[in-house]
Amino acid sequence: MNSEITGVLVTFFITLLIAFPLGKYIAKVFSGAPTFTDFLSPFERFLYRTCGIDPNKEMNWKQHMVALLTINLVWLIYAFFILLFQAHLPLNPDGNGNMTPDLAFNTSISFLVNCNLQHYSGESGLTYLSQLIVITFLQFVSAASGMAAVAVLFKAFAGKTTGKLGNFFVFFIKTITRLLLPLAVIMAIILAFSGTPASFDGKDTITTLQGDTVQVSRGPAAGMIAIKHLGTNGGGWFGANSAHPLENPGYFTNMVEAIAQCILPMALVFAFGFFINRKKLGYAVFGVMTIGMLTLMIPNMLSELGGNPALAKIGLHDHTAMEGKEVRIGVAASAYWQVMTTIISTGSVNSMHDSSMPLSGAMQLLGMMINCFYGGKGVGLLNYFIFLIIAVFISGLMVGRTPEFMGRKVEAKEMKIAAIIALFHPFLILVGTAIAAYYPQAAWLNNPGHHGFSEMLYEYTSSSANNGSGFEGLGDNNIFWNISTGIVMLLGRFLPIIGPVAIAGILANKKYTPESAGTLQTDTATFGIMTYAVIMIVAALAFFPALTLGPVAEFFQLY
Amino acid sequence: MKKYLLPSIKLTLILILVLGVAYPLLIAGVAHFAIGQGKGRTISVNGKVVGYENVGQKFTDDKYFQGRPSAVDYNAAGSGGSNKAASNPDYLKTVQERIDTFMAHNPGTLAADIPAELVTASGSGLDPDISPSAADIQVIRIAAIRHLDVAAIRKLVADHTDKSWLGPDKVNVLKLNIALDALK
Repeated sequence: MNSEITGVLVTFFITLLIAFPLGKYIAKVFSGAPTFTDFLSPFERFLYRTCGIDPNKEMNWKQHMVALLTINLVWLIYAFFILLFQAHLPLNPDGNGNMTPDLAFNTSISFLVNCNLQHYSGESGLTYLSQLIVITFLQFVSAASGMAAVAVLFKAFAGKTTGKLGNFFVFFIKTITRLLLPLAVIMAIILAFSGTPASFDGKDTITTLQGDTVQVSRGPAAGMIAIKHLGTNGGGWFGANSAHPLENPGYFTNMVEAIAQCILPMALVFAFGFFINRKKLGYAVFGVMTIGMLTLMIPNMLSELGGNPALAKIGLHDHTAMEGKEVRIGVAASAYWQVMTTIISTGSVNSMHDSSMPLSGAMQLLGMMINCFYGGKGVGLLNYFIFLIIAVFISGLMVGRTPEFMGRKVEAKEMKIAAIIALFHPFLILVGTAIAAYYPQAAWLNNPGHHGFSEMLYEYTSSSANNGSGFEGLGDNNIFWNISTGIVMLLGRFLPIIGPVAIAGILANKKYTPESAGTLQTDTATFGIMTYAVIMIVAALAFFPALTLGPVAEFFQLY
Repeated sequence: MKKYLLPSIKLTLILILVLGVAYPLLIAGVAHFAIGQGKGRTISVNGKVVGYENVGQKFTDDKYFQGRPSAVDYNAAGSGGSNKAASNPDYLKTVQERIDTFMAHNPGTLAADIPAELVTASGSGLDPDISPSAADIQVIRIAAIRHLDVAAIRKLVADHTDKSWLGPDKVNVLKLNIALDALK
């Protein structure tokens, strides 16, 4: 087997090996059971005391959401104004300018909602101060917000009938102190010792071997690159993101970064099973997600490894799809990352997706359109929960029983919420793309024809899925794209959090009926296949026409 | 909402200090013990810095091994790929031109023998590496210009090839060229 394929397989299995015990640990942290990190509790108590938070006061789902939205609003205002005036603030060795209001609007939302769509390049668009106290800060707290939201789901199905679902601030703070910060410190040190810059020195000017004078952007990047992956944020320090040789210096760091972005989303699925004491359900969900991942991974991998037929036509024997890829990473690890980063909503890239093969582009788009195969930090499981509820409902109708999940009846109100959330994501993507396609767009697009359409479709899909990767050829730093994707990102973040949390909260409050012989088993392979079918059918119905106009048409043009 | 506003603001302020200030300072402090002290790994020749180990450089001179095409012309004040689609006709024209240029500078080479990475732009525009075969195909040109033995240069390439059981084989172009300059 060649070393590139081995590399991908090793990467995946190491991810599994870390994710499983991490899931157990997360379940313990969220339930308040003793863990080896309890030495951090004095610091947590300091935070509760100073901020006036009563950690023992439990919240219902509405209070959870109000607390989440309140603190998110504080961050949004804070981030917007720092970005707007960054040039006048300290730590700006490269003399970079302020952001325009529309770009600051887009960027502050983008990092607030864990999307990390970037309509600027880090080298010239941000100061070191903004990179640290806005971008890095938001990468931590947005990930922790998602985790705190999914913790409500954990609590809702852990006990019997209850309205008390834990405290938002406790889940939020513990996610940072017990998970994100310790993992980020370890990873940042690994990166710093592998060649990623971490010091505060500004741009360097050097004379190359051949005698040209060039500049090299640097900065305290290692810490940010660590949390960008662990938090499934994805926004890069440098413009080229993890394709940049300082952001991702070698094959080893590439593995570290690929693993880091996957471990927490995977661990959360196991954690759910452990927390509600139904390990089998956790495994079943993980199984469906993994099959879903493979459904996208295999075509993407084959189409990238197959090379670009257009290069063969102009006479190259070696027609490897190296456009937009790096030699040290190679095609296989790039393809692996393309799928992982889109299904997990990281949105960091180690190759330019715009230059990937048409079928790969379709798989990347589908990954974000479905957005729940592992999925983003916390929100992936919440999205999956929506499909699970729909599958419960449909299965219930098929066998002629009242739909039930975890001993609670699923009724009209919950179904309405689930249906709205499931349809809202396609709505945002398709309406956005339709409006953009209607505009005279020649100046935006970097590629003609079907691929140009894909660039616009990708941008809205990435925004609504809070992914943040892009077909980066799109000229997106202008008022139209900054404002429209800003709005899509906001809606695409908070409604899909509120919806499932509301369903979980409502169900938790319902009468608990113990399981009987007639109960629909949700942890079986049959039900897993059912959920998979629901996910695929919804995605196909909603998105197939748009995919046909873009990548599918390009595929037939090229092959 | 009011109830949570004050705790939110206080928590935000403390976390900005912890996550946005203390954390990067800690990492910068630890990185001081790494090679390059966290400023990036530089390479010097005769005491003069000629580049960064991981940042690719432009080599246009025929006496040097050349790296990959770059969408940012190897200026590391920025970074990025071409973002050209595989099907884009203008892009394919550009590739054709690169093939023609390569063949003009390397007489006797067939288009079919050129590795794809030498005529396609990298993702970062700063790719420091090429594959061993992309180095090999340039050996004859370099031997002719420098009046050196082909076998000696092939050995140099082999010595500078990074092989691993994980990931692709690669040659760092800058290091290879420095070694080439040292070859007498």
